[in-house]
Amino acid sequence: MNSRIRAIVPAAGLVLLAAVPLAAALLDQPFYLDLVRRIMIFAIAALSLNLILGYGGMISFGHAAYLGVGAYAVGVLAHYGINDGYLQWALAIGASALVALAIGAISIRTSGVYFIMITLAFTQMLYYLGISIEEYGGDDGMRLQVKSQFPGLIDLNDANAFYYLVLAILVLALFLGQRLVDSRFGMVIRAAKSNEVRTRSIGFSPYPYRLAAFVIAGAVCGLAGALLVNHTAYLTPEFMNWTRSGELMFMVILGGMESIAGPVLGAFALLLLEDALSGWTQHWQLVLGPLLVLSVLFLKRGLAGLVFAKNE
Amino acid sequence: MGNKTLSTVAIGIAAALLASGPALAQQKVKIGFITTLSGPQGVVGEYMRNSVELALDHLGRKMAGLDVEVIYGDDQVKPDVGKQVADEMLKKHQVDFVAGIIWSNVMLAVAPTVTDAGKFMIGTNAGPHELAGKQCNELFFTTSWQNDDTPEAMGKVMQDQGITDVYVMAPNYAAGKDMVNGFKRSYKGRIVDEVYTRLGQTDYQAELSQLRSKNPKAVFVFYPGGMGISFLRQYSEAGLRGQFPLYSVYTVDEISIPAVKHAALGQYETRYWSPDLKNPANQKYVSDYRRKYGKMPVFYGAQSYDGILLIDSAVRAVKGNLADKKGMIAAMRKADFASTRGKFSYNTNHFPIQNFYLLKAVTGPAGEDPVMEIQKTVFTNHRDSYAKECAMK
Amino acid sequence: MNLFLVLEQALNGLQLGVMLFLMAAGLTLVFGIMNLVNLAHGSFYMVGAYLATYFYQATGSYLLGVSLGLAGTLAVGVAVELVALRTLYERPHLDQVLATFGLILFFNELAAILWGRAAIYTTLPDYLAGHVELFAGLRYPLYRLVIIAVGLAVAGLLWFVVARTRLGMLIRAGASNRAMVAALGVNVRLLYTLVFGFGAALAGLAGLMSGPIHVVQPGMGELILIEVFVVIVIGGIGSIRGALAGALIVGMADTLGRAFVRPMLATVLSRTAADTAGPALASMLIYLLMAIVLALKPQGLFPARA
Repeated sequence: MNSRIRAIVPAAGLVLLAAVPLAAALLDQPFYLDLVRRIMIFAIAALSLNLILGYGGMISFGHAAYLGVGAYAVGVLAHYGINDGYLQWALAIGASALVALAIGAISIRTSGVYFIMITLAFTQMLYYLGISIEEYGGDDGMRLQVKSQFPGLIDLNDANAFYYLVLAILVLALFLGQRLVDSRFGMVIRAAKSNEVRTRSIGFSPYPYRLAAFVIAGAVCGLAGALLVNHTAYLTPEFMNWTRSGELMFMVILGGMESIAGPVLGAFALLLLEDALSGWTQHWQLVLGPLLVLSVLFLKRGLAGLVFAKNE
Repeated sequence: MGNKTLSTVAIGIAAALLASGPALAQQKVKIGFITTLSGPQGVVGEYMRNSVELALDHLGRKMAGLDVEVIYGDDQVKPDVGKQVADEMLKKHQVDFVAGIIWSNVMLAVAPTVTDAGKFMIGTNAGPHELAGKQCNELFFTTSWQNDDTPEAMGKVMQDQGITDVYVMAPNYAAGKDMVNGFKRSYKGRIVDEVYTRLGQTDYQAELSQLRSKNPKAVFVFYPGGMGISFLRQYSEAGLRGQFPLYSVYTVDEISIPAVKHAALGQYETRYWSPDLKNPANQKYVSDYRRKYGKMPVFYGAQSYDGILLIDSAVRAVKGNLADKKGMIAAMRKADFASTRGKFSYNTNHFPIQNFYLLKAVTGPAGEDPVMEIQKTVFTNHRDSYAKECAMK
Repeated sequence: MNLFLVLEQALNGLQLGVMLFLMAAGLTLVFGIMNLVNLAHGSFYMVGAYLATYFYQATGSYLLGVSLGLAGTLAVGVAVELVALRTLYERPHLDQVLATFGLILFFNELAAILWGRAAIYTTLPDYLAGHVELFAGLRYPLYRLVIIAVGLAVAGLLWFVVARTRLGMLIRAGASNRAMVAALGVNVRLLYTLVFGFGAALAGLAGLMSGPIHVVQPGMGELILIEVFVVIVIGGIGSIRGALAGALIVGMADTLGRAFVRPMLATVLSRTAADTAGPALASMLIYLLMAIVLALKPQGLFPARA
């Protein structure tokens, strides 16, 4: 029964997501296409965070940094008239991987609260850096005049095409993420989370594995940043604000850390909730705050824990 | 909003799609008003929304005989959220006009979204130079000002008074630098030093110590919102108020005065509007606002009030035929409505050509807070500096 | 650069430092003893400022307002501990971060409903306003000197309590080995509630002292919270001594950075380059400092659990 649910739910989710453009067109409600696309982009970011957070036990409070680096990589190239999508996205992935390598190399030496805070500190530095660079709009940010160009492959100005591209990347990220956590590499990461001493004693030094996971997560989040800047057609240092990092963490926790798909559920739940509550009352944060507290207290395994019954 | 709640509960997307059918053929004017309603910055949004409601009261909630529906959206000071709210208004609620927006960065993300969809964007605060210049659009109008106008006016005041050796301070972000650049466009005297502080900083003691050591003749600052409140208090507390005259833009207004009271006294600001501006529309707006909400209105509100009246003037001109975009553009360009700032006209880039005044915070009526009072007119029919970059004629 | 200016800036740094210390002391104890990451600590800063302002206006007496504000913040702290946070002690840090982030939203919005979103008016009694002439030519606001004095007095008192009393012994023992303290039959729950409440009250003290010179509005706690985290991480979590050292280091570095980085850069770079790089570097300075400290000493300067 469990295994059947485990197979059916993701498949049903995929079918539903794939049907959104059609349904939106039939109902003449294209807004939902935008909404779901934005949510999926954040889902990719949350999913990348979960690789290190849920599986690796590395509580990064600065994951929004890579969202920003990815967005700036695209935006800065576009600023200088380079609109080639392959180049832009490669830079987005490469630059965020590099930044993750630098941040990770220092941060992973620490643990616990120190790790939380040092990742936060690095993201704050990048945030203030973004605000200070006048050439790229400083705090105002800048508009992405032309979306990333993929001649012959896809036109991002076509809302449906862009939607399916994001969906495809999400599915690919889910698939590769699952492969990664099931691999030997993933085993070491998970083992290091549950018992570092034992991992060391069986001959694995967790540091390089953790660092590699940190870099992979940063790179995937950088790609989400490239998608986000194309979605919004705008970028600002605000993408790197510490509250964004907090929101990404929320998506992970709310959705559930024990499965690859959990953060995707979390992204949908949080962003839809935010949209609905803010339409209902200006004091929506008064409701959202306690809801978050309650979800932490009572939904120990996240929303995914509700959907999938416990394995054992 | 029942539809929306339902859509949330369902994690499945289909439910969200089924929940709201296509909008019915409309017989009303729909306006999406985007501002910041939540979080600490929500205070500005509150004044804006109140003023929109007051304008609707004054119009009897009808424009050219059509019912008016205003849908409010909260941008949370985030450009991407602002864009999403705008998308929702355009595509789901199918509004005819999007209005509001406090922040330049939110505006730069939202305005193209709206105008590309062929709808009107009526800015009621943010006036970034991009939209005044190269990115100007026939569907974009603003009832506020271009960011540089106000500091240009203050620069002129100080230039005309022959003040030299000015010490300049602003937060280290785009608007801060814009303000200083605007100031320097009309102030040509010596600048002792230009200091940029951290955005959101609340303690200025270190900077004030530096300032005193440089012994300037006057000080020009731009500290909006909470930063301004901290700055003014500390400026007074450090005993600098009597020593170095302080000139500011967007630092002292009717939102910050109740928090600083006497620490604002004697403060100079430049602005296109003031509660004591003598014209019937403004006097009605101010007195009705005070009666309805128990507070002094602020310029953010006056602009938003004007924004609704501007839309009304266009809807009336085309007799409610909202499909007549050309007619509405032509009507808006005339600025034919009773503005709280008095009669003004539109420049080719759809930014106002208007007067700017020197304001001073003076003692209010007994038992009340200080009030802003117009001292003199600085600019008459001032045009912003970017209109020449705009392709529209 | 004249000597008085450097001296004055050092005083400014000291004042910022003691303010940060008041916030950091409670936070680091709660970290060290209950192992709780409390993002909502900034909310107590806000609660203290609002309550003291409210009671000062209601009673007309500044000292009464301050006392009631402190007592009120203590009560709020205890209530939050009992209702929400008690169940979080055994939970992973992640849950704590999220739940207390939720509390921030709640408190900010509650303050907005009770007092409005706009900043409220706060003021000082006349006997605390004005300046003192420290040396010929160096005038300094009296109130800031009072802040420094109160902060140092609290630091001394805390040192006495932690180093010389039975309660302090339990606190120290709790920070280094919680299980052992519980095993010795100490009422750990009560100890936790007490420590949390007083930590909240110290944050409230920082908030109500900053109220008249900063800005009292919803969200005011978050502006300082991140800096306080930097302080306790640099100092070493759980260590009062570390919190004091960290606070003074951060206070000085931030103040001196803001005052002198740009002029110093201007001597080696062009004026425009210094104008761009100076403020950016000053904004990042404390984070840079923290990264360097952690790179060299991953447990901070004064680790509580050696």
